[in-house]
Amino acid sequence: MARAEYETYEHDVIVIGAGGAGLRAAIEAAAQGVSVGLICKSLLGKAHTVMAEGGIAAALGNVWPEDNWQVHFRDTMRGGKMLNNWRMAQLHAQEAPERVLELERWGALFDRTRDGLILQRDFGGHRYARLAHVGDRTGLEMIRTLQHHAIHQGIDVYMECKVERLVKDGARVAGAFGYWRNTGRFVLFKAKAVVLATGGIGKAWKFTSNSWEYTGDGHAMALWAGADLIDMEFVQFHPTGMVWPPSVRGILVTEGVRGDGGTLKNKHGERFMFNYIPDFFKSETADNEAEADRWYTDKKNNRRTPDLLPRDEVARAINAEVKAGRGSPHGGVFLDICTRRPADYIRKRLPSMYHQFKELADVDITREPMEVGPTCHYVMGGVRVNADTTESTLSGLFAAGEVAGGMHGSNRLGGNSLSDLLVFGRRAGLHAALHAKNFGGQLVVDAGQVEEIARATLAPLERSGGENPYAIQAELQETMQDLVGIIRTEAELRQALTRIQALKERAKRTRVDGGRTYNPGWHTALDLEALLAVAECSAVAALERKESRGGHTRDDHPYADDQWGKVNVVLRLRGGAIQVSREPLPEMPAELRELFRERA
Amino acid sequence: MPTVTMRVFRGGPGGGDFREYRVDSDEGMVVLDVIHRIQATQAPDLACRWNCKAGKCGSCSAEINGKPRLMCMTRMNTFQPGETITVAPMRTFPLIKDLVTDVSYNYEKAKRIPPLRLKPPDPDGRYRMWQEDIDRIQEFHKCIECFLCQDVCHVIRDHEELKRSFAGPRFFIKVAGLDMHPLDRDDRTTFVRAEAGIGLCNITKCCTEVCPEHIHITDNGIIPMKERMADGFDPVVWLLRKFRGQRSTT
Repeated sequence: MARAEYETYEHDVIVIGAGGAGLRAAIEAAAQGVSVGLICKSLLGKAHTVMAEGGIAAALGNVWPEDNWQVHFRDTMRGGKMLNNWRMAQLHAQEAPERVLELERWGALFDRTRDGLILQRDFGGHRYARLAHVGDRTGLEMIRTLQHHAIHQGIDVYMECKVERLVKDGARVAGAFGYWRNTGRFVLFKAKAVVLATGGIGKAWKFTSNSWEYTGDGHAMALWAGADLIDMEFVQFHPTGMVWPPSVRGILVTEGVRGDGGTLKNKHGERFMFNYIPDFFKSETADNEAEADRWYTDKKNNRRTPDLLPRDEVARAINAEVKAGRGSPHGGVFLDICTRRPADYIRKRLPSMYHQFKELADVDITREPMEVGPTCHYVMGGVRVNADTTESTLSGLFAAGEVAGGMHGSNRLGGNSLSDLLVFGRRAGLHAALHAKNFGGQLVVDAGQVEEIARATLAPLERSGGENPYAIQAELQETMQDLVGIIRTEAELRQALTRIQALKERAKRTRVDGGRTYNPGWHTALDLEALLAVAECSAVAALERKESRGGHTRDDHPYADDQWGKVNVVLRLRGGAIQVSREPLPEMPAELRELFRERA
Repeated sequence: MPTVTMRVFRGGPGGGDFREYRVDSDEGMVVLDVIHRIQATQAPDLACRWNCKAGKCGSCSAEINGKPRLMCMTRMNTFQPGETITVAPMRTFPLIKDLVTDVSYNYEKAKRIPPLRLKPPDPDGRYRMWQEDIDRIQEFHKCIECFLCQDVCHVIRDHEELKRSFAGPRFFIKVAGLDMHPLDRDDRTTFVRAEAGIGLCNITKCCTEVCPEHIHITDNGIIPMKERMADGFDPVVWLLRKFRGQRSTT
């Protein structure tokens, strides 16, 4: 093959991914006075953040003056079953309010309290009503605000550009190489610091709330470049996705439905969540319907409804009800808000849920219950980072948002994602900029590295005869759904790994027709490599962790184990193979440990 | 499961034509599902944009049987059995390939809009706004940037020569949202008249008709802005409007 042709752009900092974390990182880096390139796989403003519904968790104390960062920190750690990186959880709880107020100063219009402040709503696992929101389209408000702020900050935005690989200069990260989706032509970005903000891996599962973009690009590129990943066994299945009709299965139904008064029921009309309250949350959860009902109007004197337990608990409960034959006609359970709330309230608070069910399922949620079931939603695991700087174990590589691991432990609370994006997006942009400023040398990216990536990228177009990438993707999704789902066993995980190996071999022989111009078949073939890598990571880590905790439930090890509660499962690539180790969690200082003694 | 006939535009800037695909359509499917099925089984290189598949991201805009719509929100059961369904790219924007167009015009226009100019906070350092004052603006903030309103707008669609001096309905409501923002203190009158070209809009309401978010683009956004232009800029009215949201909390 002739030498690969490519354009080259140079920046102090490049940010890969333009959802909430990427945009916030780019804005912060630009504010530090360095040159910033922001690369997005889709058009600007279409990243997954746009789909976030319920809100941004931040202890503003507008609804409950009792709320503060310590309570938010405690809720986050308990929601993550204490496996979180304590320092990340602390920074997150401390800085989230200022990040939300900053969005307001940039033009975001959150729903208001009666005295004109930002209104906050109840969500699972949060002790107080804490989520700043705009009806049920908070993510849209957030990304649009960040996007329209960012375009005035002198940031170069590269749209519909897919990064294939990070490039390195010796041991340090020196940029990224990829292609324009429009033309298929190659592009090299040289940079002194790289921020990964690529989101998650949910496209590896069949029923998912995630879009085509969520193929684990950042996770995989970090792994391939030599960085550590942690907690990849922890995958969040959101309890409420649509289940009917089949074509919409997996589309998210916001937790805000339950926050605003919706309850879960089985086919007998029983509010089954009362049968699934774990000891860990007993003291703060109502154990009877009367108390739970009173909680909606008197939160001071009643414990909260079990409908709002953390997502891992609710997803497992729904799964168990369906398995026991008490599910809804299409294999979910019922989510009923129309019994408690009037139609006007529902349309005002949950307009896009109303619209979504009406248009896609012919269901009027102001008159009848929704059918819902678990859907793959979020990966807690990701690139291992320094809590304060977000730098990975590789010099010059930073990660923020879903692609970073540690913040959420074994299970993320709803609303903590949008705040995570803002808090750690800003930190990533800041520290990447500082890193770039401190870098004195000249970046060298040798041509051989680039040639090799270019050759591999073109291969699916040049082979004669081979595998259909869509078929491989579908088989992987079936495999992960069936064998690495909500409930796991050793035998099934081993079977999954065998199948993933076979799919990896087949993925080396993908063949697509058509040229390089906007060719989705080719793009799918290229995305497969990362998707298979993150699927393997998730299965390997799940096999390693022999206990049940948060977003990882082992039927053969059904209980949480204190010893496992002290370690992360760490994955790194050495000699072409994934190496697994168990490494101790950072130890929480005594003054923070106190917070758990108080009320525990 | 019924088989449907889809006529899908295939081609690029150099030309192209509609191609027919016979494909199975399951219960509940939307046009985007059928396009995906064509990709997976018959034409892997068929280009289309999409992300959320739930009407929230505004990526999958197309012209379906001649009507600008989101493919993800167009149910297959809204067509007559046996009806051939035609899917074409948005005609207003330069074609890249198949159903994908170059929408960079919109991103260029967005950059030109003077951003929020923040007024000082209340004495306690906080900002207060009232729900009834922001309800109207929140309507504009619902925009998912599908650019269907831009696609159907006669000025952009039929007058290449006017594109330079015309922002289009999406950006009129963006400006309206900023102008009505209780925390903003900028004056965009000159911008709206001179650079965004609001005078070119002749209020045919086509933009409002195609908006998948049902935003009253014309009635709530464009017409009030045109009225302000006609009145001329009155600083007293402008100030009153700005501070209407400001009430004493005591």
